[in-house]
Amino acid sequence: MKVYPVDPPVPAPRLATVRPGADEAAALEQTWSDPPGLLGWLASINHKSIGRRFIVTAFGFFVAGGLLAALMRLQLARPQNTLIGPDFYNQLFTMHGTTMMFLFAVPVMQAVSVYLVPLMLGTRSIAFPRLNAYAYWVYLLGGLMLYIAFLLNTGADAGWFAYPPLSGPEYSPGKRVDFWAQMITFTELSALVEAIVLITTVFKLRAPGMTLNRIPLFVWAMLVTAFMVLFAMPSVMLASTALILDRLVGTHFYNPAENGDALLWQHLFWFFGHPEVYLIFVPGLGFISAIIPTFARRPIFGYSAMVLSLIATAFLAFGLWVHHMFATNLPELGKSFFTAVSMMIAIPTAVQIFCWIATLATGRLNFKTPLLFVLAFFFILLMGGLTGIMLASVPLDLQLHDTYFVVAHLHYVLIGGAVFPLFGVIYYWFPKFTGRLMSERLGRWNFWLFFIGFNVAFFPMHWLGLKGMPRRVYTYPADQGWDAMNLVATLGAVTIAISVLLFIINVWRSVRHGAPAGDNPWGASTLEWATTSPPPAANFVQLPVVHGREPLWEAWPNPRFVTGLALNQREMLTTTVLDALPDHRVVFPVPTLWPFVGAVATTVLFVGSIFTPWAVVWGSIPVAAALTAWFWPKRNETRGHLALEKQP
Amino acid sequence: MTSLLTHAIAPALLLQAASAAAAQRTQDALIAAGPQAAHIIDLWRLTLAICTIVFVAVFAAFAIAVRRAPPSGPQTPPDMRSANVPEPTLAWRVRAAVAVSAVLLLVLIIASVLTDRALARLPLDDALHIELTAHQWWWEARYDDPDPSRLFTTANELHLPVGRPVVITLRSDDVIHSFWVPSLAGKKDLIPGRTSTLQLRADKAGEFRGQCAEFCGLQHAWMALPVTVEPADAYAAWADRQRSNATEPTDDDARRGKAVFLGSTCPMCHAIQGTDATARRAPDLTHIGSRPMLAAGALANGRKQLAEWIADPQRFKPGVNMPSHALAADDLAALATYLERLK
Repeated sequence: MKVYPVDPPVPAPRLATVRPGADEAAALEQTWSDPPGLLGWLASINHKSIGRRFIVTAFGFFVAGGLLAALMRLQLARPQNTLIGPDFYNQLFTMHGTTMMFLFAVPVMQAVSVYLVPLMLGTRSIAFPRLNAYAYWVYLLGGLMLYIAFLLNTGADAGWFAYPPLSGPEYSPGKRVDFWAQMITFTELSALVEAIVLITTVFKLRAPGMTLNRIPLFVWAMLVTAFMVLFAMPSVMLASTALILDRLVGTHFYNPAENGDALLWQHLFWFFGHPEVYLIFVPGLGFISAIIPTFARRPIFGYSAMVLSLIATAFLAFGLWVHHMFATNLPELGKSFFTAVSMMIAIPTAVQIFCWIATLATGRLNFKTPLLFVLAFFFILLMGGLTGIMLASVPLDLQLHDTYFVVAHLHYVLIGGAVFPLFGVIYYWFPKFTGRLMSERLGRWNFWLFFIGFNVAFFPMHWLGLKGMPRRVYTYPADQGWDAMNLVATLGAVTIAISVLLFIINVWRSVRHGAPAGDNPWGASTLEWATTSPPPAANFVQLPVVHGREPLWEAWPNPRFVTGLALNQREMLTTTVLDALPDHRVVFPVPTLWPFVGAVATTVLFVGSIFTPWAVVWGSIPVAAALTAWFWPKRNETRGHLALEKQP
Repeated sequence: MTSLLTHAIAPALLLQAASAAAAQRTQDALIAAGPQAAHIIDLWRLTLAICTIVFVAVFAAFAIAVRRAPPSGPQTPPDMRSANVPEPTLAWRVRAAVAVSAVLLLVLIIASVLTDRALARLPLDDALHIELTAHQWWWEARYDDPDPSRLFTTANELHLPVGRPVVITLRSDDVIHSFWVPSLAGKKDLIPGRTSTLQLRADKAGEFRGQCAEFCGLQHAWMALPVTVEPADAYAAWADRQRSNATEPTDDDARRGKAVFLGSTCPMCHAIQGTDATARRAPDLTHIGSRPMLAAGALANGRKQLAEWIADPQRFKPGVNMPSHALAADDLAALATYLERLK
């Protein structure tokens, strides 16, 4: 076994073989805990507190978006229904799409990784913990802004894709679309910040010995996702900024009457929008790769192929945005190239599906609720992937585009590829989050109702689309043969709602009365299961050293632990990017209110700018003040750091 | 209670009755009435067959894997053999499955490109040229002719001759719309500032329905386009009628209706050829009485519906750009009579 070289003149850290004592655990707990009280809660920067809030908030938006969908299904239950008028309906479907894409699906993936990635990497904290807290507050406040506007009848109503000129100043007067465009600003800020935080964490804070080809596939998926965010989000930022400038200060980026171009938006939006689908789907792949080995009792088959598939998916995802624009007047030959890329992206997914089947086939299966949710993926996502191949073909797309077929397809992909695995994730890591197991009985009811309700709700929509029903209509005529399938779809939606209610009940009861979980209730192999449930504030009393891909399933030779890091300071060990050799020590920041204050100041600036351009000028002063205070060095902290340098 | 019930339900019933009165028109991507839609259906069948086979094969592999695998629990010691020993059989199977997938995808790509080519090669000799402009939320169709005096304009309907190719030039007056008559061809967007064209041919006579397929605002749902495909002579007769000016009223009631039309706000937006009303903000009404539907599919056509629509369009199509008109009851009736007779 390789012994990790430690530069002798630097006395710490050391890779040791002994466990630290109980007094060390207590000291660590004190150093890494969040401060008490309400102010302490607002000042919290521990990645687990932020991650928990992030997950709960994103799930709150999921429920809100789901209720909007339920209202839509009630309206569509019968033809020419007068329950909901077009104005409210258009707000409903815009808010539903916006909530699910921007406020639920992407943030919840980042939320889960904020909690889990540092634990899986065997480190004490996420990188840039204050920035991480700031990202959460910005996300929360941006989401609240959108919903407060919605409750004041200023809900966005131009679709989650907001095509100009419909979303432009002439055809969407008022503030509705401004709130939508500004929500993009909030989400992209939060997502970009989280991407930087996660990439830095994965690259620099891994446990010694966790080389790049040993990091869990879940972490690989999150890393790939974070890089995709870095490249996709600037495109939508450009698009939404140009839109809000068109609307607020009279530029003409998208106004064809002034030499602008209505299609420019579609290129920019889908250059982001298609990778966005993979921002949601790639973490789902990571979830599955984390859950299957545990319940199949063997390592994943084809680790390298899986990693390369994830990366290939990320690259290809940027090359197929035009398949959302086949019905526009782009050159026909060019469209065929996008057909080819759109179909090619099925190959890396196929590689992963076959590797999972190989893993399942040679494993021994422990059929618990998390595995059920993951196995549903094989039915639902397979179907969604195959309808995706249909939509990739230019001629077929010309018939299916903007019909209910696409509604069916996208829900099969996103719910099958992300939401089912996500429910699996909650059942799987709930014991780690809370120290208690969720009820298996309720879990099975939750799963089967969701699975059946989902298929009842969305399968008929394929047929509806082929039968000519377009999307985004608030009602439809009675004589087209669409009535029965719409009613069935509504019944399916009600079943899903009941299932989600059971899930909430299960979480509610299990937090209080669930069976105690222990450290590793599923017998899993990754490092987060090596610590207590829930983990202590510092994650690990003793930081582990890693010797293989499945640390808890393999022999654990010496050296086993990192010691020598300060207990009274938030001292961390960074490691090298490729080989995770100990690199150097850094002292991490302590909790502070400034990220919260900074996020509030940012919110004031963003929301104010909807009403007056002067908000950008005056609003930047409190933002600058908050950021300055955030980074202002404190004398006692500096003294502590210096002391550490002299007496490690 | 009863009156409440009547008030709440009557409009809904009325709408139901209005739509039931309309003949059922085909709006179905799987029922082709021309070569373009038929090519796509052929591709659809091939794609569906391949995808079904793949689905069944992969799901069967998955189901067999899951059924065959022995049970375990959290205490079952993990099988770590694969960490040190390669699994060549498994690797070979996975590679074979990926290779087969890639080949099938290639087949689908080729089929898609060939279909695309077939769609682009529709013979266009002696084509009928139509310029279709989309508005929030109605369609304006101008039938082109080399002889400018034979041009004519209609709204919210298309008539096409059987067997003759049609080139439709697509424009938008406001936001992005999409032209889609699934039984005839795939859809094509109408984008402001850009002009696109669509070629199609209808080979079967019949009544079809198209609908705007790109979300275009409040009344996206009621932006339908009835399409009548008829034999060449019936089409020629219809076109000739469209070229003529509006029918002059023959009785007092209709004459009064015309006076109401010209004396109120109607001519500020609508045109009736042969009268002083020439505005183009809203559908041309020269032959409105001959059209199958009113308000882009929101109501069946008829005297009663015309009167109700004019009195309160927002009731049937909330958000429509046409304002309500508080006309005296007999004026309204006369106006409806006049319009109904504009065959």
